Amino acid sequence: MAKQMHNTPNLDELEKGPWPSFVTGLKRLAKDNDMAVDLMGQLEKSYETRFGYWKGGTVGVVGYGGGVIPRFTELKDENGKPLFPEAAEFHTLRIQPPAGMHYTSDLLRNLCDAWLETGGSGLIAFHGQSGDIMFQGIKTEDVQRSFDKFNEMGFDLGGAGPALRTSMSCVGAARCEMSCYDEARALRTVINNNLDDMHRPSLPYKFKFKFSGCPNDCVNAIQRSDMATIGTWRDSIRADEKLAREWMASHSVEDLTNMVVSMCPTRAIRLVKNDGAPAGEGITKVAVSDANCLEIDNHNCVRCMHCLNVMPGALLPGKDKGVTILVGGKGVLKIGATMGTVVIPFMKLESDEDFEKLNDLARNILDFFAENALEHERTGEMIERIGLVNFLEGLDIDVDPNMIVHPRTNPYVRTDGWDEEAEKWFERKAAA
Amino acid sequence: MAERTHETIESGAPDPMPYMHPVMKNNYGKWVFHSHPKPGVLYHRAENGDEIWTVKAGTQRQMDHYTIRKLADIADQYADGYVRFTTRSNIEYMVTDQAKVEPLIKALSDNGFPVGGTANSVSMVAHTQGWLHCDIPGTDASGVVKALMDELYDEFVKCEMPNRVKLSTSCCEINCGGQADIAIIVQHTKPPKINHDLVANVCERPSVVARCPVAAIRPALVNGKPSLEVDEKKCICCGACFPPCPPMQINDPEHSKIAIWVGGKNSNARSRPTFHKLVAAGLPNNAPRWPEVGAVVKKILATYKADGRPWERMNDWIDRIGWPAFFEKTGLPFTKYHIDNWRGGRNSLNASAHIRF
Repeated sequence: MAKQMHNTPNLDELEKGPWPSFVTGLKRLAKDNDMAVDLMGQLEKSYETRFGYWKGGTVGVVGYGGGVIPRFTELKDENGKPLFPEAAEFHTLRIQPPAGMHYTSDLLRNLCDAWLETGGSGLIAFHGQSGDIMFQGIKTEDVQRSFDKFNEMGFDLGGAGPALRTSMSCVGAARCEMSCYDEARALRTVINNNLDDMHRPSLPYKFKFKFSGCPNDCVNAIQRSDMATIGTWRDSIRADEKLAREWMASHSVEDLTNMVVSMCPTRAIRLVKNDGAPAGEGITKVAVSDANCLEIDNHNCVRCMHCLNVMPGALLPGKDKGVTILVGGKGVLKIGATMGTVVIPFMKLESDEDFEKLNDLARNILDFFAENALEHERTGEMIERIGLVNFLEGLDIDVDPNMIVHPRTNPYVRTDGWDEEAEKWFERKAAA
Repeated sequence: MAERTHETIESGAPDPMPYMHPVMKNNYGKWVFHSHPKPGVLYHRAENGDEIWTVKAGTQRQMDHYTIRKLADIADQYADGYVRFTTRSNIEYMVTDQAKVEPLIKALSDNGFPVGGTANSVSMVAHTQGWLHCDIPGTDASGVVKALMDELYDEFVKCEMPNRVKLSTSCCEINCGGQADIAIIVQHTKPPKINHDLVANVCERPSVVARCPVAAIRPALVNGKPSLEVDEKKCICCGACFPPCPPMQINDPEHSKIAIWVGGKNSNARSRPTFHKLVAAGLPNNAPRWPEVGAVVKKILATYKADGRPWERMNDWIDRIGWPAFFEKTGLPFTKYHIDNWRGGRNSLNASAHIRF
């Protein structure tokens, strides 16, 4: 052990400055860890040449087809011998964290111990962009026993490749007054009922679920997931007059106007006289001072969260909570980045049956994706190719004007089914 | 393989409840108020009056186990033994005794973990793997982030921006770092260099052809070997062919540049969620400290800080002042490359006589 350190003049530059340095951490490991020594050697080489030197491969654990990211060095001498042999295999285990990324100090230590005991490098990232704990740096021969150790502790591999991926939920109900549903339960319901698609990759491409408790969307569900579950409510914003007056006491009418009223995207908020008159139907009215009330037209509120963010506690989500489901968010490849778009404007998510419904919807969308997407096509691209209406019909979801920003602006459509479709609309209205 | 005694339990995502601070567990779904007493500190109150303070600190994300044990020890000595991580790799300590807040801040600061990242600060950079672990990186991730956060340290520990600022970096155009107020992303500028000796054995050629967004790749015989060729006039240098076909090397020490994008936002607050937009490109991949990138990011942040109004995110600010003013105020050049000619690009043109003078 304790191989001689390589010279790392480039990496040494990254020990300067006030932000915590991963290089200093690697050096700490390298004192008694040859894998870290050689990892630094390879990384320094990349800094010199500005090329990466890892290639993929096939490494896994018994029964699973994914969850390990294999990395083999490409830096070899003329005889094919690795230049940095101790880091020639440097695989990552993607391990799913507790939903909401909660840890006790003991759990953190136990994860470190398990990683070191089973041959891990001692390097861990909290967390990867999909939300995995990334245990970085292990040889092929140690992968199985390392996974077994984590698995004995109650942890499981996450997703990789054309598979269901590890999910994320915000802190939500655990510590946020904006939370509109039990995010952790929703995550665990949807993910843990579909693990077959995570552990044995056989989808056309990756599929991600993400869960945000409110439209502030702190886990970026709308853009970073194929199916985003975002909390919302359909009754009126709740108000707390005491907190509203407290807020006002430390702000001015100008603040209220500039920071709250005029920043409402649908002009649903007005500043009115505090005349003691009762609020009308669908109106939230709260006194901020003896002179003025805020009046919010809830039927025209789009639940953007801005006024709730500015006046925390004074304004709160309503009580009739649920979720909006959006489908099709993804990154750049191949058609350009896409946001998820609405497929379920509102559904309740409280009872066991509600969670069962969410699980069924998730399963149906996964199935439709599996059957209809082309190879290496994300859900958003599939919908772009076939059109939202075909997607909705495949899933037996009724069209809804909340799904669009505006109706079509071109006439390139056959409308010979118009009367039947209009009838369906009236039937649905009558049944509602 | 040694004899295996463990039988896999496909347990999936673990239940967070055993690891959650008891006050958070007891008040699950029952919070009614929060405030921001100072940078790096959040205060939450539940229906029943229970209170909890959160102290947030930055980490390097790729952590050696000594760092993690240090964070755990701080949790035991100065907090209640419970932590969580945010999506931007900040660590949060929760305490129920307000008196613990200042000693906890001191312990974190003394050990080199900057306390901040809350509310209208510049938070930690969401980032990727880069040279440390990715198989296709154009640049590093952790190093870029370290260099950048050193420059932005004051903006992390203070809360002086108009609204929160989220950053991301990505080491290729796939953009695993995601949408952000300011995103720093590799932008290749030359077509892939093909090693025709290897293509036939390494690449599944039809699927490589299918990956290209502009249909610039076609099968070809080169020197008698089945390979692929690229129509370099059509090629947009996106690098999509490189992951499925490593002999199509897209990374280039000189010609893989760095671009900066602004105005991405996932939150629904005020405007609908928005994608970030290209504002600067052609910056050199200048490891180990990327000073040119840092300079542009700081210039954009300083302009936003001076000109943005309270609660305006980057995109809200630009929506108000308009893009001509953005380029004017930041001093960044506007070029033909800013005008989108990809499908749907017409939607980004100014189809009106709305001009600010």
